[in-house]
Amino acid sequence: MDLRGWAEIALTLGLSVGVAWPLGLYMARIWAGETTWLTPVLNPVERGIYRVLGVRPEQSQGWKGYSFSVIAFSVAGFVLLYALLRLQGFLPLNPAGFGNLDPHLAFNVAVSFVTNTNWQSYGGETTMSLLSQMAGLAVQNFTSAAAGLAIAAAAARAFAGDREVGLGNFWVDLVRITLYVLLPLSIVVALALVATGVPQTLHAAVTVTGLEGAQQTLALGPVASQEAIKQIGTNGGGFFNANSAHPFENPNPLSNLIEAVSITALGFATFIAFGRMARARKEAASLVIVAFLLVAAAAVAIYGLENQTVPGLLKAGVEAGQNLEGKEYRFGTAASALWSALTTGASNGSVNAMHESFMPLSGGIQMFLIQLGEILPGGVGSGLYGMLVMALLAVFVAGLMVGRTPEYLGKKVEAAEIQYAMLAVLILPLAILGFSALAAVLPAALSSLLTDGPHGLSEILYAYSSAGGNNGSAFAGLTAATPWWDTTLGIAMLLGRFGYIVPVMAILGSLAAKPRLAPTAGTLPASGRLFSGLLLGVILVLGGLQFFPALALGPLAEHFQLLASLRP
Amino acid sequence: MALSKTARLDRGLLTRAALDAGRKLNPRCLLANPVILVTEGVAALATLSAAGQITAGEPAGFALQIAGWLWATVLFANFAESIAEGRGKAAADSLRASRVTTRAKVITDDQIIFTPAHELQPGMVVLVEAGDLIPADGEIVEGIASVNEAAITGESAPVIRESGGDRSAVTGGTTVVSDWLRVRVTAAAGSSFLDRMIALVEGAGRRKTPNELALAVLLAGLSLIFLIAVVTLLGLGRYSGVAIPLVVLGALFVTLIPTTIGGLLSAVGIAGMNRLLKFNVLALSGRAVEAAGDIDTLLLDKTGTITFGNRMASEVIPLRGIAADTALRAALMSSLGDETPEGRSIVSFAEGQGISAVRPDGAITIPFSAQTRLSGLEAGPTVWRKGAVDAVLKQLGITERDTPRDFAAAVDRIARSGGTPLAVSENDRLIGVIHLKDVIKPGVKERFQDLRRMGVRTVMITGDNSVTAAAIASEAGVDDFLAEATPEDKLRLMRAEQAKGRLVAMCGDGANDAPALAQADVGVAMQSGTQAAREAANLIDLDSDPTKLIEIVEVGKQMLITRGALTTFSIANDVAKYFAIVPALFVGALPALGALNVMQLASPQSAILSAVIFNALIIVALIPLALKGVRYRPVGAARLLSRNLLVYGLGGLVAPFIGIKLIDLLVSTLGII
Repeated sequence: MDLRGWAEIALTLGLSVGVAWPLGLYMARIWAGETTWLTPVLNPVERGIYRVLGVRPEQSQGWKGYSFSVIAFSVAGFVLLYALLRLQGFLPLNPAGFGNLDPHLAFNVAVSFVTNTNWQSYGGETTMSLLSQMAGLAVQNFTSAAAGLAIAAAAARAFAGDREVGLGNFWVDLVRITLYVLLPLSIVVALALVATGVPQTLHAAVTVTGLEGAQQTLALGPVASQEAIKQIGTNGGGFFNANSAHPFENPNPLSNLIEAVSITALGFATFIAFGRMARARKEAASLVIVAFLLVAAAAVAIYGLENQTVPGLLKAGVEAGQNLEGKEYRFGTAASALWSALTTGASNGSVNAMHESFMPLSGGIQMFLIQLGEILPGGVGSGLYGMLVMALLAVFVAGLMVGRTPEYLGKKVEAAEIQYAMLAVLILPLAILGFSALAAVLPAALSSLLTDGPHGLSEILYAYSSAGGNNGSAFAGLTAATPWWDTTLGIAMLLGRFGYIVPVMAILGSLAAKPRLAPTAGTLPASGRLFSGLLLGVILVLGGLQFFPALALGPLAEHFQLLASLRP
Repeated sequence: MALSKTARLDRGLLTRAALDAGRKLNPRCLLANPVILVTEGVAALATLSAAGQITAGEPAGFALQIAGWLWATVLFANFAESIAEGRGKAAADSLRASRVTTRAKVITDDQIIFTPAHELQPGMVVLVEAGDLIPADGEIVEGIASVNEAAITGESAPVIRESGGDRSAVTGGTTVVSDWLRVRVTAAAGSSFLDRMIALVEGAGRRKTPNELALAVLLAGLSLIFLIAVVTLLGLGRYSGVAIPLVVLGALFVTLIPTTIGGLLSAVGIAGMNRLLKFNVLALSGRAVEAAGDIDTLLLDKTGTITFGNRMASEVIPLRGIAADTALRAALMSSLGDETPEGRSIVSFAEGQGISAVRPDGAITIPFSAQTRLSGLEAGPTVWRKGAVDAVLKQLGITERDTPRDFAAAVDRIARSGGTPLAVSENDRLIGVIHLKDVIKPGVKERFQDLRRMGVRTVMITGDNSVTAAAIASEAGVDDFLAEATPEDKLRLMRAEQAKGRLVAMCGDGANDAPALAQADVGVAMQSGTQAAREAANLIDLDSDPTKLIEIVEVGKQMLITRGALTTFSIANDVAKYFAIVPALFVGALPALGALNVMQLASPQSAILSAVIFNALIIVALIPLALKGVRYRPVGAARLLSRNLLVYGLGGLVAPFIGIKLIDLLVSTLGII
């Protein structure tokens, strides 16, 4: 562990929250429908879209209408993307002449991008036509992120309101967030990335002659624009198979810093926007602090674990100083460790190093961050509502302990909210543990594993955690493009997205209809050290209780086996 | 009968509870408690599995012990509930003894018909005479009588009941001691106050309160999560080469699901109701008690709650040239003929100042009357009088303009401070002024401070003018007041508070309080009040003491705190159980996981058994806490939370590590496994 590594971690973490602050305040204004300096340019576009879609922007939807719109929009997106992938061989902008995708792969990819997971069962540069990348995947990168952020806006309205029925208009939120937040932001980030050397072109590939005289084909494409929305929209699906470890996606430490900051920036910004709109800045700051502390602690722990000689080498008498297997030398252990924590904490799923090659405990931490519910700060929008569910549960148990019907941000937390919150919380263990247990015994699933023993189990657990948590990163070491894996991972992604969204929307509907109560001396404060500590405890204990046995069989067993093997 | 006396634990109660616990093994009795029902199901499965092992000739000692302790877990949970119910049943039995099978005298057009009490219908009018039991709940239409209500309140001193006004309700089962009443029956047999009270005390038809319901949902959800975690271990374990016996899987499941709070949840609720009964407060629904804990604003009538019902003498101001003793003596003597509480307070005040209350021989009393508004005493040549200022002046023939300057000043000062001035005269001259003031009940100020720390705002409601009201409000330390309040004002204030999102509690007794009581989130009616008020309220104070609201708020909070504390404890316990059971499960196939056995438990089997035993015993250990409730301190939410988190959260994390280790030591030294 050296000073440079720590400084790199501190700078990146500091920047991600620092950037999030103004971004969040700006986004709150977009949610609220206020005018900004972009309004003169974008308002005509916005109006035009409403006219084409037949949306009456002033019409507020109840929770059912809002949810229905979210789902209808996602279903439409899925159908379009699925069709595009199945037919890409017949469609233009296919310079490399790739064929149509298999049904199970197309299902998996379509679900993956619609649910903001961006799990990739394929290698981008060897499977996807430029049309599929740009009109299919890139479009979903925007819209799935915007849908998540729209629900976050609805959540803010639910808390801000006093006996309201409407949560806002999904179509308006979708359009405004895309136009005013995601598009400008991705243009800025894409240009910055181009400046660091990331390619942006419609050429499919160039052929070069290497130093040894061999001919080499280098895949190219509109990488920078993909890369920008991939990070800020917590999508994570890379243009190339190697994702952000690929030198064209992430050429140098500067591009790495820009991308790493982009991973969590909009996630944290969502919390801040929520705080502003729900008139609960201090409370939202507490949520930011909790997410920040957990993800920072994970980064520090992983860095500590990676910045040591691999025990096997140590035994052989080699003093390497750090574990560089699976990491890019241009990033080193600090940037790789930090990225792995950010991408798993934020439901992003892009990688700049191979998670499988980390130390077993590091892999365990990465998995655990996903299993905590992708709330640190989670996917854009989804991280906020996931964190709110946790806050409701924390407030419920603790609120009873101060002798009042628990309330959060002035809204009473009662049986209906708890019922839906538990329903939402159930989804993740069901998707992760349920499918993992099946995969762990089914030969059709096991044949995809490249390793056995605890590490093999880790591969299974990681895959379903990634899918269920809508993360999208892969542990690697698993051949996932088979009917079993494509299908079950797809189902896990659907459960993780919509199995969570529907109960959350029900909670929002119920909360919105309640009066917003004024706090008194007897009200549990939802900010400050005490509450943050409480929320932290609830997240860790609840997550730990669900996944500890599974983690014990996977990464923990591997870790202890490794330690045992070192004993003389 | 005093309800509080029955609430003690005795051997009979324990035996009855133990028998009851066995009876409740019937799954149908457990339907309302899913966590314990599931535990019973697992216990049954474990028993079957052990039986299977026996028939197969395999050693079944371990499985049998696990099954035994799982059954014990269910029994302990049932026992907790039975004990709580037992206390209520004992109270109900003594109430039932006072239920009457009397014959009522029903008044028809021209005659009296004797009718059995259980055939009375609402609307009938009955005659009740001295010595009769009142046959049903009703409203007095005619008459005045003293009634012994000991059957309901435990207070043996009779109270006055009369038609009209705020004391017109009578309760079936109470006895008319003197005079007679005509009572219009308001409740049919079976739905009388006494019947309802018995049902409530017994816990029959007890419905889950909103928070209890929400908590039950949380517990069920947690149980489902653990079901997933445990069942999926079959697959994950098989991959890892671990074969998990069914009994062990069941044991793991039961130790993880929140059996502690699940087993104690209903006991906490019933015990809370019983605690209220100890204060002689009857909750007409558990919901009301819970709502009491949530109260933000408390509307209190000044009279009787904040101040004693009557004004009392607080000083006697002698006019210039008059000795203090002379004025005091005059005040005392002139008040001997005044039997009103004000008059008596003057006598006792003067006595307290060292004046003898011995009546001069042959003195003639001028009694107080509402017409003259003064009283006095004639002792030979001396005549002392005291009374309302204008009445005394009129008697003396002095116009207000002719009064001495210091007299006018004193009167003015008293009036401005919110008090009532009385003039005192000796023969035909004014000699002093008595200051009658509302006396704040001792300790009231401290209670309001407590309430403020709890986050409850107090608003005093009074018919006094705003000068008086402000003086009393500041002296008593209430947060706000409503002066010259009519019942409509009260209702309006309450609605305004509620519109701000506050929960409002109030107490009242009069018929004109009924709308406000019904509007209040928590309405407390005085047992002595009108039928209308009692119908509108959701809590009834049998002692008719308005300050009770504070106790009610505390009991409500205590109930919630106890539930939250036990839930936190229960969930925190699971961490240690994992560290006991998970290594034990896997160490066979993955010896490296022995490193997770941080407690150094003797063997996998003893580890699992110890966790199960701890899980069962902790229920018994926490029964007293569930019944007594976690202590509530009015220190503000943050401090309360940090304290309870420390005790029940951190304590819940640590305690099972110690407990399981100790049990494991015992189990392994005794060679049980």
